[in-house]
Amino acid sequence: MTTLYRLEGVRQTYGARTVLDLTSLEVHRGEVLGIVGPSGAGKSTLLRLLNLLEPPTAGAVTFDGQRQNGAPPLATLRRVTTVFQRPVLLDRTVAENVAFGLGLRGRADAGRVAAALDQVGLTPLARAQARKLSGGEMQRTALARALVIEPEVLLLDEPTANLDPYNIGLIETTVATLNRERGTTVVLVTHNVFQARRLADRVALLLEGQLVELAPTRAFFETPEDPRTGAFLRGEIIY
Amino acid sequence: MPRCTTGRAVPAQSYSVNLRMIESFLPIITLTLSVSGIALVIASVLGFPLGAWLALARVPGKRLIEALIYTGMAFPPVVVGLAVYLLLSRSGPLGWLGWLFTPRAMIVAQVVIALPMVAGLTQSAIEALDPALRLQLRALGASPAQTMWTLLAEARAGVISALIAAFGSIISEVGAVMLVGGNIAGSTRVMTTAIVLETRQGEFELALALGAVLLSLTFVINFAIMRLGQRREVAPR
Repeated sequence: MTTLYRLEGVRQTYGARTVLDLTSLEVHRGEVLGIVGPSGAGKSTLLRLLNLLEPPTAGAVTFDGQRQNGAPPLATLRRVTTVFQRPVLLDRTVAENVAFGLGLRGRADAGRVAAALDQVGLTPLARAQARKLSGGEMQRTALARALVIEPEVLLLDEPTANLDPYNIGLIETTVATLNRERGTTVVLVTHNVFQARRLADRVALLLEGQLVELAPTRAFFETPEDPRTGAFLRGEIIY
Repeated sequence: MPRCTTGRAVPAQSYSVNLRMIESFLPIITLTLSVSGIALVIASVLGFPLGAWLALARVPGKRLIEALIYTGMAFPPVVVGLAVYLLLSRSGPLGWLGWLFTPRAMIVAQVVIALPMVAGLTQSAIEALDPALRLQLRALGASPAQTMWTLLAEARAGVISALIAAFGSIISEVGAVMLVGGNIAGSTRVMTTAIVLETRQGEFELALALGAVLLSLTFVINFAIMRLGQRREVAPR
């Protein structure tokens, strides 16, 4: 697998508070990388850096061989998208929300919108107001909105937090299919270590902004090298 | 025999507002709508981006601009009129334009009155949106301009309120247009200045009729602006 992202000496500071301090991290093209860790570990900050939405305070973020300086060209920005923990939908219908990213790119395509809605089981709600949906339906709308633009990188920030098992299963299946069939690189931030185990090729543990361990999924769960990883997996690190 | 605002003769003893009077209002109504309409369009073209920029940008001096805009929202129109008068008067810095006592001067004055309202209320409307929306739009690949227009669309209720407030303030304004327009019959006389003139001349029926027309027009235009901001109904869940 080739390297898609390389982060070296990346530090992100807000005021006097350092929320992320990574010596080195690589994301491989086409993999599903799970990021686990307690609240406040810097996981969401890492996703914002990977989405090139903000530059790091220090260090270098390299995306597809190009070092990013904090103001990426629109074409680069459009290769990546994020589905946030709390879906932020527009005051429009479900179908209009899903079509939004295509519209931004001047590539309106009703067929692709219909296919994305079908993929997440939202076809019957296509004309419903998006903000009147249930939490699971809103998150599926947000996922469809990301899928339809066919990003090279899909960043997921706790995409199934507070959802019921049906919606969790549907979203996990959709993400796994996307990765398998299109080769989309997925970075999945989750509190749910079982979800990381089900979906990820490699898993990383972040604690207090630092990378504790990054290993293939099986090794991460069965033979963790760092004692803090074992403690986290046993639920001994409270969050 | 007294004359109405366009100079057409009106019987002095007549207390009814007849069709001929209404007809005589038409040039005044047309000028009123033209001046205020053009001023509103210019204020919107400048005010929407300015309001959005103020809501989104983090730049030094932003608070000062905000303070100026809020001050502008409370500025007495007659003071605006005075400032524009001095700017456009023959010895003023823009006197060479020759705009004083023309509809252009009235448009300038109304833009100055409307712009802070459009910008300030647009800023408030965008700031009231979910802050996470901006990040989500960027994450979906929106350019800065696309982000701005999407936020304006999302804040459309507030943006429409800004338009209505600005339109209401300029179409009902009298001091500034009187100063810079001069209330010249057939040239710069608008409905508010005509109402003042007719009242001073004791032509209360005409003044009242003009007032009723002004109110009706304002209602119709505000209703149209409100409809503009409504999204079409979609199927319920």
